[in-house]
Amino acid sequence: MALVQIENVSKTYQTGEVQVKALLDVNLSIDEASFVAFVGPSGSGKTTMLNLIGCLDKPTKGKVFVCEEQVDAFDRRQRAAFRGSTLGFIFQAFNLFPVLTTYENVEYPLVMIKNESMSKRKEMVAKVLESVGMLDQKYKFPDQLSGGQKQRVAVARALVTRPKLVMADEPTANLDKKSAVNVIRLMRTMRDEFKTTFIFSTHDPGVMEEAEVIHTLEDGKLLDPKNSPTFVQEEKK
Amino acid sequence: MIRIFQIAFRNLMRYKRRTLLTSLLITLGLLMVILFSGLAGSFKAMMVGQITDSNLAQMQIHKKGYVSSIDTMPLNLTLDSKGYKNVEKILKENPDVQAYAPRIKLSAMLSNFTETTNVRLNAIDPEKEIEVCPNVGERMKFSSQVPDILLKSGEIIIPEKLAAGMKIKIGDSVVLVANNKDGSVNGLNFTVAGIIESILGPQGKEGYMHIKDAQSLLRMEKPEVIEIALRIKKFDKLDMVYTDLKSSLAKFINKKGRPAFEIHTWDELSPFSNIARMIDFMTITMKLIMIAIVLISILNVMMMSVYERVREIGTMSAIGTAPGKIMGLFLAEGLSLGLISALAGNIIGVFGIYILNIYKIRFAFGRMDNLLLSPTISFFELVWVSAIVLLVSVFASLQPAYKASKMEPVDALGHV
Repeated sequence: MALVQIENVSKTYQTGEVQVKALLDVNLSIDEASFVAFVGPSGSGKTTMLNLIGCLDKPTKGKVFVCEEQVDAFDRRQRAAFRGSTLGFIFQAFNLFPVLTTYENVEYPLVMIKNESMSKRKEMVAKVLESVGMLDQKYKFPDQLSGGQKQRVAVARALVTRPKLVMADEPTANLDKKSAVNVIRLMRTMRDEFKTTFIFSTHDPGVMEEAEVIHTLEDGKLLDPKNSPTFVQEEKK
Repeated sequence: MIRIFQIAFRNLMRYKRRTLLTSLLITLGLLMVILFSGLAGSFKAMMVGQITDSNLAQMQIHKKGYVSSIDTMPLNLTLDSKGYKNVEKILKENPDVQAYAPRIKLSAMLSNFTETTNVRLNAIDPEKEIEVCPNVGERMKFSSQVPDILLKSGEIIIPEKLAAGMKIKIGDSVVLVANNKDGSVNGLNFTVAGIIESILGPQGKEGYMHIKDAQSLLRMEKPEVIEIALRIKKFDKLDMVYTDLKSSLAKFINKKGRPAFEIHTWDELSPFSNIARMIDFMTITMKLIMIAIVLISILNVMMMSVYERVREIGTMSAIGTAPGKIMGLFLAEGLSLGLISALAGNIIGVFGIYILNIYKIRFAFGRMDNLLLSPTISFFELVWVSAIVLLVSVFASLQPAYKASKMEPVDALGHV
């Protein structure tokens, strides 16, 4: 079974009396250690797709399997536990905790979710900070870092628990072009180093080029790669 | 746990001005409670001391039914020698009783040979009375200093207002005329040995005479007493000793098959007990005000904190923080705010009590015009009010913390 398996998934939002169909009968599978991008215009369903795979939301119809677990059947507490143990998240606005230093932000999931011992935490945080090139900035608070540095810290935080899958919703939207490409390349390097699957959404063509698998969404439907305006870069894998 | 409190503390420091103002408000509330409890408690203890040590005594034993008809000062509800000895035996057997003294209360006509008026008198055994009410002499004015024995046989100490009204001075001769319990009248001459100030309560405007003179005036063929005043070794054991004595006295039954004696503590006999209760009520009111201050201010701060950090809560939840831990983070924040304020309030409060003890508050109470109020507060009281602050802090944080823990990450992350 693929790492992520999506079967006939639809998601409808109710906004007052208006029903918004965010996803329509989507079928999809994502392999382990792949570097996948969801692309499409605003409102196409990229974020909804990431939310469903990331166990942040439940589909209206269909099944979502992640790491062979049917996550759409989980209750709130199970979803939280699954996110903590199996998934990592990178956000568009970095979402670092402003009262914690770089080191403490990366350490946060190990303390609050994994309950790791202090010695193991030190080792794991140092390794991942070194991998993202932020070890020398470990005592700085988020407001002392640049956008690119913040996103590196966010990548480190997402990877420190060694998740099978990292979800990144528009991770480069708040960065300049150079930083954006650097962050995506860093993510790919991390994929190579930690064998973690990365799924991200973007509408930046420069960032799209870095993806190995691209899925295009339009009006909630997943387009056939052959008819897609973008392409599958299988050869990069 | 340490990390949760570390994050909570840093989040409080994030909004320094708001935290400082809230903490200041709680600290002031706690300070008010500590100072008020210290002052009111000290005033109450002093007043209770004055009343019990200079007039009423801590407890009184009478023949059953006397207190309910005390205004008429009945002479038929007396303890005879046998009854007195029975009570005396019980008092001697109780290790918590320090001293006891017999008294006769009577109403008489007092004449200075030109005018006559009614007077209420407390006939005492001076040597025993001073052991039960050690400060009674402080209410009295004598020709010179307080004598070793308050009054001798043939002497009388009269209330100050009566002395002023009838222009009686120390050393003057007066005549007392009284009805005995059979209704016959008797009169005796006395020398005014001193003048006593009034004190709060129906027994506070009585003159004093020797118990043997009262027995002669009332033509008691055998010694009788109206009341036995007593003092115990530790005042804080009052309720316990009262219960012990009450059950011991209950075994004496009168001819009607009812208890022969009754025992009352000072607060059942003095109207000051109502003032004491009012002081306690005001202290509780102060504590309630403090609780309201803590509750409203922490609830307000925590609600604002949750609303301002919705996306942050969404992030915590998204990366897998359990709802219980998110709740714990906000509870720790409220508790930390309460803890900081409680510590500050205690330190400033104890310092304030210390300052009040250096610059003592003076006030007058009757003839005693130089009473010093020395506020004190027990460690237990400090722990108690601090515990209230901490409990209310947690309680006030519950709703915002619960709200934070129940946020759906997908909604919280999309919050603008």
